[in-house]
Amino acid sequence: MKIPILKLHDCLLISIQWELDDETALQFQEDLLNKIYQTNARGVVIDLTSVDIIDSFIAKVLGDVVHMSKLMGAQVVLTGIQPAVAITLIELGIKLNDVHTALDLEKGLKKIKMELGE
Amino acid sequence: MTRSFVNIINEWDIVAARQLCREFAKELGFGIVDQARITTAVSELARNIFLYANQGIIIVEKIEKDGSVGLIIIAEDHGPGIGNLAKAMEDGYSTSGGLGAGLPGVKRLMDDFSIDSEVGKGTVIKTAKWLR
Repeated sequence: MKIPILKLHDCLLISIQWELDDETALQFQEDLLNKIYQTNARGVVIDLTSVDIIDSFIAKVLGDVVHMSKLMGAQVVLTGIQPAVAITLIELGIKLNDVHTALDLEKGLKKIKMELGE
Repeated sequence: MTRSFVNIINEWDIVAARQLCREFAKELGFGIVDQARITTAVSELARNIFLYANQGIIIVEKIEKDGSVGLIIIAEDHGPGIGNLAKAMEDGYSTSGGLGAGLPGVKRLMDDFSIDSEVGKGTVIKTAKWLR
């Protein structure tokens, strides 16, 4: 299943609405980087409100895509990480270093705009 | 339902094991955070099986002890086994290049944890969570 990537001005918006399997996560990584390239997007918001589990593999894929996007010149913000997901990630020993986050989509978009100096 | 299992043969089975154990935990009355802990632990164990042993089984079972109720996850494979158990239980140790947070993470997410592994024979990991 493909995760839809929406374009809004110079930002890309992604809302992950179902449980991620490994293949979907890797496909998303590739799709997002291609979309950044095609659209010249400068900001990306990935909303995780509906995601109720992030294991070490999905965390690695997400962390990687943030850094890959940065290499291409796009800022990424992860939004809506659920309390239970935050707790399990830290207990599992996963630190998403240098990854920008925000409470919800709205705050995420604000953060991106600030980062981009708009 | 007191016992259920998923055979781990391909990567889709990792998702199946997660879903089974989440439902099981929910039915036993675990809260959202513990459901996430259990589901995440199962995901790590199932992925270890898939990565290192190719195939194996994840079993989830209801347990009772001294009036407490909980669940136990048993991850069993007949893969290569773990050569250095002490090292495998160290944070940050991985032979797969960073995939999988490893066993210390699973141990932290759950209440009880035991591992039995023999090189060339396979590995059995048992880990339990109790209802508070």
